[in-house]
Amino acid sequence: MINKIFESLQSAVADVHDGATVMIGGFGTAGMPSELIDALIEQGARDLTIVNNNAGNGDIGLAALLKAKRVRKIICSFPRQSDSYVFDALYRAGEIELELVPQGNLAERIRAAGAGIGGFFTPTGYGTKLAEGKETRLIDGRHYVLESPLHADFALVKAYKGDRWGNLTYRKTARNFGPIMASAAKTAIVQVSEVVPLGGLDPEVIVTPGIFVQRVIEVPQAAHAPTPNPHDAAA
Amino acid sequence: MKKLTRDEMAKRVALDIPEGAYVNLGIGVPTLVANHLAADKEIFLHSENGLLGMGPAPAKGEEDDELINAGKQHVTLLTGGAYFHHADSFAMMRGGHLDFCVLGAFQVSAKGDLANWHTGAPDAIPAVGGAMDLAIGAKQVYVMMEHLTKQGESKIAAECSYPVTGVGCVDRIYTDLAMIDVTDQGLVVREIFSDIDFDALHKLTGVPLIDGTQGARAA
Repeated sequence: MINKIFESLQSAVADVHDGATVMIGGFGTAGMPSELIDALIEQGARDLTIVNNNAGNGDIGLAALLKAKRVRKIICSFPRQSDSYVFDALYRAGEIELELVPQGNLAERIRAAGAGIGGFFTPTGYGTKLAEGKETRLIDGRHYVLESPLHADFALVKAYKGDRWGNLTYRKTARNFGPIMASAAKTAIVQVSEVVPLGGLDPEVIVTPGIFVQRVIEVPQAAHAPTPNPHDAAA
Repeated sequence: MKKLTRDEMAKRVALDIPEGAYVNLGIGVPTLVANHLAADKEIFLHSENGLLGMGPAPAKGEEDDELINAGKQHVTLLTGGAYFHHADSFAMMRGGHLDFCVLGAFQVSAKGDLANWHTGAPDAIPAVGGAMDLAIGAKQVYVMMEHLTKQGESKIAAECSYPVTGVGCVDRIYTDLAMIDVTDQGLVVREIFSDIDFDALHKLTGVPLIDGTQGARAA
């Protein structure tokens, strides 16, 4: 019997090694797998390269990981936010390396890695500082920039429901980078609000099929909004 | 000199967005446009963090931290709306499926180059988000900005002095003084919102403008 369910957050992140590249889902705090990140902080891996859209908010989750000085480099699109003071201080002190990537290129580079694509030409960023030094090509009258896939050793993802084969659904805009990060990492570690029995997810609405997922941990979440999404009942 | 307020600019932009359009409103002033879209028109608002059919802010107490827009503000989803992941969301942009995006700007060049992501200040922490994707990511890219800086310099310039977000990507500029189309012939003024005439606007702007107003005056 195949069972990808892990019983503890600690066991799920136990083998994250020093120097690993770790993708972390979330857009701001929506979809951020905070409990998995806390487990990673406790586990102690350092010298990490982190891939996330942002660079942490306040003192929790990704910001806490940065604050613990476990991150050598961050690859993201929007580090500077009103509450990104942990990153800001590290960056100004020269204690963290930043690779800034336009958001759609970040998403497509992650998707490309999961899809086995060796590179792609995108119009985004052409003629800008963020494309300096990159190969360009004129295709059908439009300028494109060559971008490379972005692989990871691990992905930490927050989903809504999952089963023991790793099939997943997500909740609202917390989906964001989860599905593509799961596919781009050698080991996708997913915290779900609820583990359901096999067959408990309608196959027509599974967003991430279990082939992309190696580990699932149930982390119940505090009650969500007072107005439940009617579609959740079907998922 | 009469100038449109930001809200009046938003109202003017909203007039040009037809029913059925798929639209992304950039962070900041462009989000005001949503307040002026006619209630009897079905217009699909896209937010790049993964939703289509974005509705207004929720009532107090009904905020959901997992239902936010690209500015990380709480929003709602209209009946018929959909959620999707980031790669699909940017495929909607890059793939030319969005009809309009409306963006704020520091500067627009006479050739339609856009600068809105970085002031170029050496000590600034750079952040780009979806700005470069949006700049090239719709059939029509509209910019909404004040015509002049606080120092009185034109934000429409021969060349952008700030780092560019996209090259030749802007189709139309709405300022607090005028609506200007970026065309192969040059910048064509379609409407003047102020009490100044074309020649005065031309002088303020400081780059070649073509008078396409045919006397049109929104005032």
